[in-house]
Amino acid sequence: MTRWSLGFLLLAALAFSVVFGVRFGSVPLSFIEVAGALTGGGTDIARDIVVGLRLPRTLLGVLVGGGLAMAGATFQALLRNPLAEPYILGVSGGASVGAVLVLAFGWASAGSWALPLAAFIGALVAIVLVFRVATASGRPMDVRVLLLAGVVVAAFFSACIALILSISSARTVQSAVLWIMGSLAGANWRSVVVTAAYTLPACVALMALARPLNLMAVGEDTALYLGADVERVKRRALLIAALITASGVAVAGVIGFVGLVVPHGIRMIVGSDHRALLPLSFLAGATFLTLADLVARVVLAPAEIPIGVITAFVGVPFFLLLLRRSLYAG
Amino acid sequence: MNVATDHLVVRYAGQATPALDGVTMEVPTGSLYAILGPNGSGKSTLMRALLGVAPAESGHAMLDGRATATWSREDLARSVGAVGQAESIAFPITVRELVGMGRYPHLSPLAAEGDRDRTAVAAALAACDLLELARRDVTTLSGGEFQRARIARALAQEPRALVLDEPTNSLDVRHQMAILELLRESADRGMTVVLITHSLDLAAQFADHMLLLSEGRVAAEGTPADVLSERILTDVYRWPISVHRDASTGVHTITPLRSGSSAT
Repeated sequence: MTRWSLGFLLLAALAFSVVFGVRFGSVPLSFIEVAGALTGGGTDIARDIVVGLRLPRTLLGVLVGGGLAMAGATFQALLRNPLAEPYILGVSGGASVGAVLVLAFGWASAGSWALPLAAFIGALVAIVLVFRVATASGRPMDVRVLLLAGVVVAAFFSACIALILSISSARTVQSAVLWIMGSLAGANWRSVVVTAAYTLPACVALMALARPLNLMAVGEDTALYLGADVERVKRRALLIAALITASGVAVAGVIGFVGLVVPHGIRMIVGSDHRALLPLSFLAGATFLTLADLVARVVLAPAEIPIGVITAFVGVPFFLLLLRRSLYAG
Repeated sequence: MNVATDHLVVRYAGQATPALDGVTMEVPTGSLYAILGPNGSGKSTLMRALLGVAPAESGHAMLDGRATATWSREDLARSVGAVGQAESIAFPITVRELVGMGRYPHLSPLAAEGDRDRTAVAAALAACDLLELARRDVTTLSGGEFQRARIARALAQEPRALVLDEPTNSLDVRHQMAILELLRESADRGMTVVLITHSLDLAAQFADHMLLLSEGRVAAEGTPADVLSERILTDVYRWPISVHRDASTGVHTITPLRSGSSAT
């Protein structure tokens, strides 16, 4: 399949999944009621559900899913490691500590912004910490040190979370665990706007690095010989990808699997040219997470399944199938 | 393109002895210049210094009379194509994509390949006999094919100089000769070629000039006849070596002797 045909296919799939995401939910609404609500008519309840809940939630899924997949593709390229995923630098650990602190101390009552803000700050702390370790002593940044620092910092944050939770009430523990598992349930228009303001410019900035990211596939030395300013590309791309991840984690918790598997799937289909891989990963990640969220809230409605369960249940078989096919094809 | 060093000293962080200790050399434009020397004598460091990757502690590495440290990476890549010793491919890419990477320094960040780029890539693929392999995944290539693809990538840069670190390593005789013939042709067309190699025989056969390094210093420099003396080689490699000059072709052949025998 060519990159263009896959692009149109994914764009159509994303459009459909957004429509479905708004159309379906725990409260049954007809297409006419949904359309009415979107155009400002219909009942107050229908408008609240469609415009106040479903639409922002679906759009947040698009932003977070697309951002995670694009960040994952970037981390895989920079670390030259197919196992790399957006949370590899400890971003999720830092965000979780921030969120758990807010829950444990009851600061969430200060406003709906308190938890995402604390999570975002926690993620930034993780990023700064890991980068400081990996770039110490003025030497070029060593991605192996970066990886190790990420793993160790994540372990430290896990210990922090365990400590906080061990002295918290059962209710706090439950909400913390649910948050860590990831969910788009907290979506509102403010979170959509803030996430869009972070994610979209960052994704454009990553696109501008697509060609030097291609060179990373042949190693840092060779990339240097081919004219890439490797050090600058590495720092810039890592920081942008980490920020995208941080803004996603802040509003949706730790949603696993999208950032690991989506870029892989796209890579298997169209190859490793990041000029195609990055935007296609965004489209596929956005579609995937939007659909996963729809399934998460419809299957056991009115109860919700954690979205990470869906991404794994759907993603794993699909990925294993792709893996098997590509192995035999190669 | 003129490639030269002037009393170049390069020291790796934390090392007491410098990797290169006052190396002065000059590669005449359009010649094939071989850099020889035992393991650890500083050959690869010299290459990295010429490419502006290993910083000079004192002295200079220069391209066209300008210190390599002052070149931007893109400018340097437009003038010098380099093939490093080892390269691992992280993700599957095609031969065409690998060779196309040579156009990187000629393209602005968002520009797509133009006619000129496609022509340069096609010419490089043809020169390295890779046209039929263009769509193959590079991770499925044989050692010889992979080396040819990397050299094609350097040629696609349309450089004025080529620097190669042991490009014939672990290749069979036919592939070694094919690569050296290709480099010789390039030099004959005006390309400055710097070749790091362990193969004294190939260097003797193809090089116009050679530099013999020993523990970071220049042990000998000049034509093959100047450098390939039994005394110098035996001294530098610390192994008895015999050199034979073919009277009709003038080419030297180098034979390491069995331990215990003495060089004649």
